[in-house]
Amino acid sequence: MRAGETLAFAARSLAAHPARTALTMLAVAIGAGAVLMLSALGEGARRYVVREFAALGTNLLIVLPGRSETAGATPGLFVGMTPRELTLEDALALLRSPHVRRVAPVVVGSAPVSRGGREREATVLGSTAELVRVRHWRLARGRNLPEGDPRRAQAVCLLGATVARELFGADPPLGQWVRIGDRRFRVIGVLAPQGFALGVKVDEMVVVPVASAQALFDTSGLFRALVEARSREAIAAARRDVLATLRERHRGEEDVTVVTQDAVLAAFDRILRALTYALAALAGISLSVAGILIMNIMLISVAGRRAEIGLLKALGATPALIARLFVAEAGVLAAAGGLAGIGIGLGAVELAARLYPLFPFAAPWWSAPAALGVALAGGIGFGVLPARRAARLDPVAALASR
Amino acid sequence: MIRLEGIERVYRVGGQLVRALAGVDLEIAAGEYVSVMGPSGSGKSTLLHILGLLDRPTAGRYLLDGRDVTGLDEAEQARLRRETIGFVFQFFHLVPRLSALENVELPMQIAGLPPAERRPRAEAALAAVGLAERARHRPDQLSGGQRQRVAIARATVMRPRLILADEPTGNLDRASGREVVELLERLHRERGMTLVVVTHDPELGERARRRLHMRDGRILEGTQA
Repeated sequence: MRAGETLAFAARSLAAHPARTALTMLAVAIGAGAVLMLSALGEGARRYVVREFAALGTNLLIVLPGRSETAGATPGLFVGMTPRELTLEDALALLRSPHVRRVAPVVVGSAPVSRGGREREATVLGSTAELVRVRHWRLARGRNLPEGDPRRAQAVCLLGATVARELFGADPPLGQWVRIGDRRFRVIGVLAPQGFALGVKVDEMVVVPVASAQALFDTSGLFRALVEARSREAIAAARRDVLATLRERHRGEEDVTVVTQDAVLAAFDRILRALTYALAALAGISLSVAGILIMNIMLISVAGRRAEIGLLKALGATPALIARLFVAEAGVLAAAGGLAGIGIGLGAVELAARLYPLFPFAAPWWSAPAALGVALAGGIGFGVLPARRAARLDPVAALASR
Repeated sequence: MIRLEGIERVYRVGGQLVRALAGVDLEIAAGEYVSVMGPSGSGKSTLLHILGLLDRPTAGRYLLDGRDVTGLDEAEQARLRRETIGFVFQFFHLVPRLSALENVELPMQIAGLPPAERRPRAEAALAAVGLAERARHRPDQLSGGQRQRVAIARATVMRPRLILADEPTGNLDRASGREVVELLERLHRERGMTLVVVTHDPELGERARRRLHMRDGRILEGTQA
C-alpha cells in the first residue's frame, strides 16, 4: 500500500471512533501544549534575567585583581593568590585607552552604619561619581559623589534606598551626618530603589568616595574596577588595552582578570537555557504518558478489529503492511494531537504575555518542533507493540472473531 | 493446479490434541468446480484455510501450480494470496467504514496498484455483480445478498485463478443465496476460475461437478458428476 494511502486508511479508521480518538488526541495535545508553555516560561525567565542583568550597565568590563584560570560568572569569588594588588592608580591609568569611556574603581567592605540610635550593618562601596553612571543608577534625592581627584578622601556618602529609610524614616536625610565604622559622613544623595546588582542589593549599600573607603577599611587595593567601553564593538579593544596597561604597570605580569559583561551574561544565558530545556523535558514526560494512552487505545483497536485484520491478511496484506497501518494510526493520533497542542500552547503563551506584559513570555523557536517530534516519537514508539500484535494475529482465528 | 499430499492439521485444544485433518491427499485441476461437504467439525473449513494459505499444515505438502508453498514465509504467502486466491466468507467481512467501491478497491490498494487503475477495475467488478448503482453505499446500507455480491466483486477484482468460498450462502435467505451461487458459477464459467465451495448445504454442494465429502478429517469420496 502506498504511504499516503496508508495514512488515509489510518485516519479513516480513527474517524470511525470519534470519541476515543478525540480523547487520546487531547492527552497528546495537553502534553505538547505543556512543552510549549513551560519552555516559554523558561525562555521568559531567561530573557527577564538577561534584561535585568544588561541593565547593570552597558559595554561593561570588570577588572579583578588576581589571575583566574577558571572562567565563570564571578571569578572574584574564588580569587586565590593575589600577587599584586589592583590599585587606584592602576584604575585611573586605564582611562588612557581611547576605547574606554569610564572607569569606576570599587572598594568593598562591610561596616555598621548608624545615625542617632539606629544602626545597621551595610555593604560599603568606595568609588567615584563614575560608579553611578556606569551602573545606570538613579538618584532619588541629592547629588552624586563629588567629581575631582579621587585620591582625596571626602566625608560624604550616598545611601541606598533601604538604608536611608531605616536610618532616617520620614526625616530628610540630605545634609545629615551618619557614622560609618569609626568615621562620620555627610549624606549628599539617596539612590532610587534599584533591586539587585551582581547578587548584591544596591538598596542596602552605602557609597562613599574611594579614598574614604580605603582609609575606612585600611586597604590600598581595589576590590575591582568597572570599565565602560565606548561601544559594544570597542569591548574587545578595551579589554586588550586594559590588559596591556596593567601588564606594563605590573612589570610584565598579567595578574588581573578581565571579565566582560558579555561573558557574565553568556553564563547566565547558558544556565537559564539549561533550565528551559529541563522544563521542556519535564513537560515531555507528560507526553510519554500520552504515548502510553495511545498504546492502550491501539491495543483496544487491535482487539476490536481482529476480523478486519484477518480480512486484510486474507486479501494479501503482509504482516509488515498490517504493522505499518497500525503504526500509522498511532502516528496520525500523535501528530494531530501534537499540532493541536502546539496551537493551544501558542495561544496560552500569547494570553499570558498579554496578562503579564512585564514578564517576557516567549516560546523558543525549538519548542514547537520539539513538542511535535516528541509526540510523534512517543506515539509511534508506543504504537509499535500493538502494531506487532496485530501483525502476528493468526488470520483464521482473527477471521473467526466477529 | 492444487495438489495436497498427506496433509495433516493437529490443534491443541486445552490439553487435548484435535486432528482436524488426518492425512488428506487431493488434486484439483485448473478450472474445476469443487464442493466440499460434511458435518461440522469434519475438517472442511480447515481444508479451505490450508488451501487459502491462511493456515499451515502440521504435516504434508501443498503444491500450488507445481510449487511447494508449505514452507513459504508469511510475506510470500501473503503475496500468493493477493495474486492467486480470492476469498468469499460466510459473514462477508466487508470493512464497515468503507463504501462498496472502496471495499472492492481494497485488495488492489494492498497490492499497491495506482488509484487511476484501481477505480475503473473496481467499478467494472461491481458492475459484473450487478451493483454498479450501489458503489457509494456503505455495507450497512446494503442487504445481505448485496453485501455478499460486493464481497465476490472484491474476491475477483484481482483476477485470481482460485476462488475459495466458505459457506457463501450460510448467512443468506434462499433467494439471495441462489443469486450469489449463480454469480459465483457464472464467474467460474466465464473466466475459467477454479472454484472451491465449502458448505454443509447439500443442495448447494450438489451443484458442483465434483463433490468431496469429509468426515473426521478425511475425504471419504470424490463424486464426479
